[in-house]
Amino acid sequence: MLETKERLPRELIAMRVAAEFRGGEFVNLGIGIPNLVAEFTPPEKGVIFHAENGLLGIGRAQEVGKVEIPDMANAGGQPVTAIPGAWIMDSAESFAIVRGGHLDIAVLGGLQVSETGDLANHMRAGRAFGSVGGAADIATGARRLFVAMEHTTKDGELKILRRCTYPLTAVGVVKKVFTDVAVISVTPDGLVLEEVAPGWTPEEVQQVTEPPLRVSPDLREIQLAPD
Amino acid sequence: MALRPVYENPLDALYDVGDGASIALGGFTAALGAPKVLFQALMQTAAKDLTFMGNGTPQVMLGEGEQRRFLIFDAARVRKVICSFPGGGAARATVANPYEQAFTDGSVELELVPQGTLAERLRAGGAGVPAFYTPTGVGAPFCEGKEVREFDGRLYVLERWLRPDFALVKALRADRLGNLVYRNTARNFNPPMAAAAAVTIAEVEEIVEPGQLSPDEITTPGIYVHRLVLVRSDGNA
Repeated sequence: MLETKERLPRELIAMRVAAEFRGGEFVNLGIGIPNLVAEFTPPEKGVIFHAENGLLGIGRAQEVGKVEIPDMANAGGQPVTAIPGAWIMDSAESFAIVRGGHLDIAVLGGLQVSETGDLANHMRAGRAFGSVGGAADIATGARRLFVAMEHTTKDGELKILRRCTYPLTAVGVVKKVFTDVAVISVTPDGLVLEEVAPGWTPEEVQQVTEPPLRVSPDLREIQLAPD
Repeated sequence: MALRPVYENPLDALYDVGDGASIALGGFTAALGAPKVLFQALMQTAAKDLTFMGNGTPQVMLGEGEQRRFLIFDAARVRKVICSFPGGGAARATVANPYEQAFTDGSVELELVPQGTLAERLRAGGAGVPAFYTPTGVGAPFCEGKEVREFDGRLYVLERWLRPDFALVKALRADRLGNLVYRNTARNFNPPMAAAAAVTIAEVEEIVEPGQLSPDEITTPGIYVHRLVLVRSDGNA
């Protein structure tokens, strides 16, 4: 049964995303699994993290219960420090960075991803409204958009679909999806299965993925370090 | 020199906020860069039929940790909210957000705006640009019905400026000319709102004489700021 088959924990999804960084990129991380990615990015890679509330150069979390630096927070509102060389900006400038195509990579969570790279991540179907926040701008503006999420919902519903059934946040933007069972690229010719979690076969990943997957000739098990 | 009036009582600084006013509220969350004192004064006015614009619904958080509490503006006095976070936010964990119900039953109109578009609409308002094209929102429900145009092979949505009647902003320090300096990420929406509004009222923790702020460090110039209120750092008047 695929429902009971072992899947990667959130930390390992984040670790796999972090392995994607070659060094020196400017990166925005969404809340949830994406926010964990920073923890697994070695400082020597020199990746600079952007918080859309107006900080380029997020440092570590501030110590709990102690205000190390007042009024310094990430986009989730959590108190953080800033790295040496960090820059503070207002919201308009912050999104000029985003919209202007200056971010190399953004990593967002997802409710659904379509085979053409559409992203639904701000609103479930049937709700009166959803909170889009900065997701639409970030998904549209980053040069490369990665989605990090569980492959299916807790109830086993598929999240990688031919077409999203939830309201769209951005159209045709997702480049790569990192889940607890696979790494999948979105290409003009459809979805390509690049990597599978330990113990998973391409056929099993296909069973939890609605659109047809082409299996990469270089298919491998998910690795947690770059080549 | 155009010295800005400093109001002892924050309520006096809001003397002309009347029914039907549109009000931009600074801040990213209910705490970070939010004008907590002016917000509490606004709650004490009788103004109704208001339009709020800001990152979330009109609310501020006082205190921290276990002691924190949320002050939420009476939804019955609100006609419309223009924001990027209509639900959730810090309030969800501790108190119900009455705006979730109000948006659902339609008693308060919601205009959902992507956060970057919201910031740019305010920036455009302050800069005298009535509309602009942005790639954000093409094909998304929150941009349905808006004009879409192709530039150099890519689609963009036409968005209008925002020019609120009032902006309530929070800065760390001001000089008597209304020049403002912010602290760290408390800056966020405050500068573009200050520029966009017809009347900008700033609450600050310190007021110094002109010349004591370096021209280089001033983030919002006093030309955008009309009234000042001196407040304590804990968000109380």
